Amino acid sequence: MTQSNRIAGGQIDRSRTFRFTFDGRTYEGHPGDTLASALLANGVRLMGRSFKYHRPRGPLSAGSEEPNALVQLRSGPRQEPNTRATVAELFDGLEATSQNAWPSLKFDAMAINDRLNTFFTAGFYYKTFMWPASFWEKVYEPIIRRAAGLGALTREEDPDEYDKGFLHCDLLVIGAGPAGLTAALTAGRAGARVILADEDFRMGGRLNAETLEVGGKAGADWAAGIVAELSAMPNVRLMPRTTVIGAFDHGIYGVVERVSDHLAVPPKGKPRQTLWRVYSRRAILAGGATERPIAFENNDRPGIMLAGALRAYANRWSVAVGDRVAVFTNNEDGLRSATDLQAKGVDVVAVIDARPGGSVLPGIRHLKGAEVIDAQGRLGLTSITIRQANGRTETIRVTALGVSGGWNPNVNITSHHRSRPVWDEAIQSFIPGPDAPHGLTAAGAAAGALSTHGALATGQAQAIAALADLGITAKAAALPNAEDAPISITPKWYAAGGKGRAWIDPQNDVTVKDVKLAQKENFTSVEHLKRYTTLGMATDQGKTGNVLGLAIMAGLTGRTIPETGTTIYRPPYTPVAMGTLAGRSRGKEFKPFRLTPSHKWAEEQGAVFVEVGMWLRTQWLPKPGETHWRQSVDREVLATRKSVGICDVTTLGKIDIQGTDAGAFLDKVYCNTFSTLAVGKCRYGLMLREDGMVFDDGTTARMGEHEYVMTTTTANAVTVFRHLEYCRQVLWPEMDVQLISTTEAWAQFSVAGPNARKLLEKLVDQDISDAAFPYMGAGSITVRGIRGRLFRISFSGELAYEIAVPTRYGDALIRALVEAGKEFDAVVYGTEALGVMRVEKGHVAGNELNGQSTALNMGLGKMVSKKKDAIGMVLSQREGMTDPNGYRLVGVKPVNPEGRLTAGSHFLEIGAAPVIENDGGWLTSKVYSPHLGCDIALGYLKAGDQKMGRRMRAVNLLAKPPTETEVEIVSPHFFDPEGERLRG
Amino acid sequence: MIFNHPILGPRDAQEFVYLGDASLMRRPDGMTAGIEAFHDWLYNRDNPAGEHRELWYHEQGDRSWLVVTRNTVTHEVIRVELARDVAKAMGRTK
Repeated sequence: MTQSNRIAGGQIDRSRTFRFTFDGRTYEGHPGDTLASALLANGVRLMGRSFKYHRPRGPLSAGSEEPNALVQLRSGPRQEPNTRATVAELFDGLEATSQNAWPSLKFDAMAINDRLNTFFTAGFYYKTFMWPASFWEKVYEPIIRRAAGLGALTREEDPDEYDKGFLHCDLLVIGAGPAGLTAALTAGRAGARVILADEDFRMGGRLNAETLEVGGKAGADWAAGIVAELSAMPNVRLMPRTTVIGAFDHGIYGVVERVSDHLAVPPKGKPRQTLWRVYSRRAILAGGATERPIAFENNDRPGIMLAGALRAYANRWSVAVGDRVAVFTNNEDGLRSATDLQAKGVDVVAVIDARPGGSVLPGIRHLKGAEVIDAQGRLGLTSITIRQANGRTETIRVTALGVSGGWNPNVNITSHHRSRPVWDEAIQSFIPGPDAPHGLTAAGAAAGALSTHGALATGQAQAIAALADLGITAKAAALPNAEDAPISITPKWYAAGGKGRAWIDPQNDVTVKDVKLAQKENFTSVEHLKRYTTLGMATDQGKTGNVLGLAIMAGLTGRTIPETGTTIYRPPYTPVAMGTLAGRSRGKEFKPFRLTPSHKWAEEQGAVFVEVGMWLRTQWLPKPGETHWRQSVDREVLATRKSVGICDVTTLGKIDIQGTDAGAFLDKVYCNTFSTLAVGKCRYGLMLREDGMVFDDGTTARMGEHEYVMTTTTANAVTVFRHLEYCRQVLWPEMDVQLISTTEAWAQFSVAGPNARKLLEKLVDQDISDAAFPYMGAGSITVRGIRGRLFRISFSGELAYEIAVPTRYGDALIRALVEAGKEFDAVVYGTEALGVMRVEKGHVAGNELNGQSTALNMGLGKMVSKKKDAIGMVLSQREGMTDPNGYRLVGVKPVNPEGRLTAGSHFLEIGAAPVIENDGGWLTSKVYSPHLGCDIALGYLKAGDQKMGRRMRAVNLLAKPPTETEVEIVSPHFFDPEGERLRG
Repeated sequence: MIFNHPILGPRDAQEFVYLGDASLMRRPDGMTAGIEAFHDWLYNRDNPAGEHRELWYHEQGDRSWLVVTRNTVTHEVIRVELARDVAKAMGRTK
């Protein structure tokens, strides 16, 4: 029979029926149900297996604190593990499956762990997997990893989108129970900008789960009325299905909105979830309280749940969890579960009340000073064993038991900045401590005001106080009548029975026994207790079990609970999907990417691209018939050196530097001198960090008396600009110098090779003969009427220019260059050919500019002028950095031209053992030189300048087995060492 | 965190890049100070629990370098100034 446990009333929409499946079986439920309430309505109590012992489990709670009922939702790419059935909103067609059980939930082979529980005590891993150490990674870890874990990840890509957003408000109200609704209403009526966030899909908090009246109406109806009033206010934003996950600095809160989790598929254009960053001026935590259990033997049987959850299922979701129900409580609130269920016509067979005093329920078997000490029914509760005040034990047949050990205010978020909750003797719970995050106060049950009236009153008072801080006057309205029952609680943490296990943290299977063992082994501090036993370390973060565990430890050590103390909480309040944190930063959108001006043209040519920082650059351009990248690269290099090649170099950083102190400024930031550079000329510049290491290099041109154009490496374009701003604003604030980054303003191409000038003469309107535009010349030009810049600089060692036009003409320019180059058999080359030619010329690049190398290491020590105070000059003179036998940049050739080199290989003398003492340095960059017909490399070699012509070994210890090549140390200038071609 | 930028008003810390202790502003003169003085300036810093002056750069903003006085224990931002103004007041020139 379907929905056999459904009873009358509640807040479900019976006019519509949803069909859903759990472990392949189809059930029915209604809008307003959670997966847990719908399963319970269908008589399903068994929903999961515990982490360690694989114990059969049903829901303990009716909310986000749930430790047991973790299930997998949906299938295929949308499959999501470890979802709490108690907060999963039911929709038509929902597919849910159990997890951590094999072959089935009812018969789980791993439940053998439960029989072996004497081995799996606290500290089991620490004690068992100690020796031998060689087993840690190879044997133990794989075994532990296989056995651990709950649900499984789908290996498919998540098809849904996740968004991020920003919201601003005067007052953020966290939780929409009676306190939160009153706070939001008070602030909303005062005209403040309010955000009211609640994790539930229906606002009202506990009022939806109780039969209590507010202002003469059913609590749920009163709440609905307030929600209606709030939703009509333009200054109030209501956010149901939204969890505040953390408090961050200066009133910033992390907030997750589950936009589409309650639908089978997100509506078109809507994300699955949104991560909001809420900037609040003030915030009120009205997050309510979480009930805690009492430990007794086998208290984890399916059918045993928190007393408040038991009546929430009855009152809100119209479900009688069992046909014969008992309640075990140590406080007055637990009695409500008995009366509410009885009023619904459910057979309440006994109330086991640990208190000797308190009120007596009429018409119910109400046992005072009694305890539940054991429970029976492996896959679902069948009976409980109780011990009465007179010591007599008795077994009572029940299918559901509600347990209440008191209520813990949800202080979680108040301790996100390390504020420690303080013990409140009256309610036997921790309440928010001092030093909560600035601007955050608590109201209602979260602040320890556990009655409905207390919630309304503190909600209003805290809102008025928070707004007064902001200079907004809010009026106190007459509060509706609501219950204000005094708290009556007698501490009861553990009802000891026989020798069996009593659960504290059901998800991680931490029992009273484990706490006892921790105490015996002197792990008595709460922080040690947590780590040693894993108490509170599961996905529920101990919302129900923590206080219970430390109270039991307090009892064992003879300390009070305040003396024992409590651990604190960190974000997130409830688990957050990785996809939500990633937002849209995934796949191709993980980071932005930038396209060069020639990208479209290169794409048309079938170019192969490479990521260089954020840029996509042409790596090489294969021609028809070329099957290996080396064929393309060799061709590009040879053609450039033979005639002319074109390369997009737009990605290099460009910074315009202007002002009467521009030259003096460059003298500060470059280790060599620029103030003496003639107008219309370029110079290679080396930039150091203050610690004396090389930071960056590039050519800088003087375009006018007070105007320079600096180029930086592609990698450091951003950091060099930041550094220059620092120098200008902080170190030398009186200098007249202005900066602007023009990297993206100019499309720039290198045109290199013996025919470079001939090619450019076809496009440039001015005279660029050697006399008019000599080596290292720079100036403004026009390119077929378009303004541009020309620099006669060379990275390739050829007669070369860099020509720049405004970026919007970049595509036209590459096409014009290619067209004009046809008569010279011009090639367009990519970064690989660029790399080959720069290694042939011995120019340093990223692999040599590694942040650990000095100008001296690079063979550029003479560039560091000591006649001026440039950044890095002083510390580059430190003893260790001027070692005459330190690393020097060298060229490397295999002795046998067929010999292969590998970048990263280490230099060893012939016959020396491959040990660190014999290490001579390493190969930084390696290419195949089509010009020399062999591999060549650059490297840093100790005293390398004294070892020209020496034969050594380049050993690659990373290869298996290690490989080595006999090499000759040569000058890094492999090609045209005299630089005749440059000046051609 | 939020910094109250002296020109632009409250701005999220995500827009900024952190450099370090504002004592870095006291760069010695390279023509007169020696290696020891530079070494001390560059590497030796106090690490206070409490008020700390720091250099931050508004990279996703107006490119101002700022001196932020912040409590490292509570993260309270006590003061935000333009580094250029601070540098000039310290007597830094060209």
